[in-house]
Amino acid sequence: MLGISKRFGPVQANADVDLTVGRGTVHGIVGENGAGKSTLMSVLYGFYTSDSGSIKVFGQDATIRNAHEAIALGIGMVHQHFMLVETLTALENVMLGAEPHVLLHKAEVQVRSRLTELMESTGLKVALDALVGDLSVGDRQRLEILKALYRGAKVLILDEPTAVLTPQETEQLFGVLALLREQGTTILLITHKLKEVMRLCDRVTVMRAGRVVEVVAIADATIEGLAEAMVGRKVQMGRVGDSEKPPGAVLLQARGIHVRDLMRVVRLHDLNIELRAGEIVGIAGVSGNGQSELLEVLSGLLAPARGSLSVGGQQFEAGAWVDPRTARNLGVAHVPEDRHERAMIMSFAAWESAVLGYEWLPHYCRGGWMLHPEMRKSTVDMMERFDVRPRDAQLQSSSFSGGNQQKLVLARELGQAPKVLLVGQPTRGVDIGAIEFIYGQLRAMRDAGCAVLVVSSELDEILALSDRVIVMNQGHVAGELPIGDCNENTLGMLMIGGGSTKAPDTAKADPVPKVAV
Amino acid sequence: MAQQPLPRWADLVVLPIVNLAVALLAAGFMVWLVGQNPLEVITVLVHGAFGTTRGLSYTLYYATTFVFTGLAVAVAFHGGLFNIGGEGQAILGGLGTGLVALWLSAILPAWLMLPLMLLAGALFGMVWAAVPAYLQAYRGSHVVITTIMFNFLASSLLVYLLVNHLKVPGNMAVESAPFADSAKLPSMHTFMGWLGIEWPNSPFNTSVFLAVLAALGVYFFLWHTRFGYDLRATGSSARAAAYAGINPNHQVILAMGLSGALAGLVGMNEVAGVNGRLMLEYVSGAGFTGIAVSLMGRSHPFGIVLASILFGALFQGGAEVAFEVRGFSRDMVVMLQGFIVLFSGAMAYVLAPSVAWVVNGLRGNRAPQAVKGAAHG
Repeated sequence: MLGISKRFGPVQANADVDLTVGRGTVHGIVGENGAGKSTLMSVLYGFYTSDSGSIKVFGQDATIRNAHEAIALGIGMVHQHFMLVETLTALENVMLGAEPHVLLHKAEVQVRSRLTELMESTGLKVALDALVGDLSVGDRQRLEILKALYRGAKVLILDEPTAVLTPQETEQLFGVLALLREQGTTILLITHKLKEVMRLCDRVTVMRAGRVVEVVAIADATIEGLAEAMVGRKVQMGRVGDSEKPPGAVLLQARGIHVRDLMRVVRLHDLNIELRAGEIVGIAGVSGNGQSELLEVLSGLLAPARGSLSVGGQQFEAGAWVDPRTARNLGVAHVPEDRHERAMIMSFAAWESAVLGYEWLPHYCRGGWMLHPEMRKSTVDMMERFDVRPRDAQLQSSSFSGGNQQKLVLARELGQAPKVLLVGQPTRGVDIGAIEFIYGQLRAMRDAGCAVLVVSSELDEILALSDRVIVMNQGHVAGELPIGDCNENTLGMLMIGGGSTKAPDTAKADPVPKVAV
Repeated sequence: MAQQPLPRWADLVVLPIVNLAVALLAAGFMVWLVGQNPLEVITVLVHGAFGTTRGLSYTLYYATTFVFTGLAVAVAFHGGLFNIGGEGQAILGGLGTGLVALWLSAILPAWLMLPLMLLAGALFGMVWAAVPAYLQAYRGSHVVITTIMFNFLASSLLVYLLVNHLKVPGNMAVESAPFADSAKLPSMHTFMGWLGIEWPNSPFNTSVFLAVLAALGVYFFLWHTRFGYDLRATGSSARAAAYAGINPNHQVILAMGLSGALAGLVGMNEVAGVNGRLMLEYVSGAGFTGIAVSLMGRSHPFGIVLASILFGALFQGGAEVAFEVRGFSRDMVVMLQGFIVLFSGAMAYVLAPSVAWVVNGLRGNRAPQAVKGAAHG
């Protein structure tokens, strides 16, 4: 790709971008949200046509006007949000739009044999007859890759492939990608996780504000160097400063929380947890082991079958559980895991989303009448304090990048000086620069005496933030450790159920989990 | 994929006008195909609808009813619900209006009677919508299905009551006894007469003020009150609303209840304002036209008022055309309405990219930016 430029209105998404990727290599493209990575890949995949510039594929000049032409040229893409039909089987999804025979069952036989071969040679194992809706996220991603390979992809574009994966699934994926590289597939990896770039890529292109700022061979790159190139200044990642004061009074205590889902599957199993003033408690675990339910129970979104909760001087029992509004009234703020579904209303203007959940406060609403000037003004304040860009309160919520949406949500939730702060995936889909800022804000809340609970599927994040770590596995507390005893190995082992600290209701658990694999 | 967003003003003003123009062109083509002169037809139509105070009166009379049903659809729509039951709720509204009038108009004065009729109409419409709403909120029956069924129930109920209980014995027509004068909403002719203005006699009556108030009320309710905020939040994202502590089930009931009440106000125009008695067919499809009106008005009260006037003009002008132009039947007018619904409702955004291209081109690419295709209307 040479001299690619693309603008959207006043935004120059790509400015004179050159990208050269060697055959059979893994090439990383890193950059913050809005740096132009996705636009560049969309140009390559035919979603957008560039305003200027040219593309050569395997030495041939190419014009790519749509995805079909990209596929015909051997370019396949695995999107961050999977393009699969949940009600069809894995096999049918691969076949969809590329049926080799008019008679479906004959087509199926052919596709199945090709796929079996492919799965054999690449190690991408997927249950072909399972409904996609029943597959795990990792399985779905493998299926997407299979789909691309089936269509003859020799260049594979992966957009943030690990954003939704557990550490174990990530490992598996990297194994597969390494194998594919050996077999001659060219891989373009879009990500902002620099560790992964360092592990897997051969070369890396760093983009910032629509331009290429650096192209280096991985041997010559360091994480710090790449981060600096991405953000344009030095960034402090990792862990800074433990809490100086020991944790204070218990601000939230939940006992015997038992949750069954609609299918009667137990999601939380008699779980006990307490949060103290001035500490950050990290909940680690492979996603789907009850962390989401725990957040929902504590914030009042989900009533447990059994259990009790004591918060803000009030006691709640199963059957008369706290509701979200009461929880907010009692000083419990909640930054939900799912920003798009829960934290904001994407079709609302920013100033309307910025009061969501607090729209009844006398500051925003008097006698049922919404005070628009006050709402706008306080949104502008939030945007100032949390550096939300663009600083336009009128803009529709969905128009902000993920990081800026998250900053606005944090500004809203932190703005009411909560006593308990529940945060799910604080930095999912957020840039490095913003991550640093968000970590700083969470630590500031802790230092101000707030009890903070952080649920994250990123071990790095847990290790960087927490003062105490609780590992969850299948709805149980698999272990509870002070941060001093934590590292990726101990936590990883607990996460996959390899160890257990008995009697989870004793606050001080055995620091060295008994490993039983 | 690479679609540029339309500026808001273009979305609200330019696009509907372009859609309307295309619909007229398409309809004009059809008119030409059957051997008529499109120009003549449109001239007669516009003149019939707006050319005389009498024509204008009819146009606004029709528009009044469409404002009520259009607003009803819009309120439900903002709550994330598709209320197809405007027809039935309007029938029930008329029934409520008429029943209190029959019951009390002989003994109550107008200043007490008319507000009572208004309340009864709104209440009947509300209750008729609340049943499907309850079934949707707590029993998971889809509101589209139940409201459609409730249309049939309402129409049967009206026929049953009229034929078996309300019809004046010995009278051939299926209609109730006339109300006393205190239950008749002043016509525009009368009202303008009070002001000393000459205004032709027509069904156009003072319920038009009620329609304007309803439109204003809906606007302020939806965008300036907390209840409207909660309603729109639920309609846009039920999960986000639950997170905010809003009970989505309550919002379903509220949205449908209000929607039904608005549809029920049709009774004030048709029953209290025009007929002065209960008859069959006083809604005659206005509930469904309300869906088109709401679609075309982008579910915004201001747009709905404009769209109502347009549809009122089509009804009135169309009748005029069918009368004036030889060989041009009323069905041709229905076709024209069909085209307008098609281009302004179902295909409202088909032309959006072209309009965006032109508008953004004219403004020299200063259009509000799209952040990675995330923004859409």
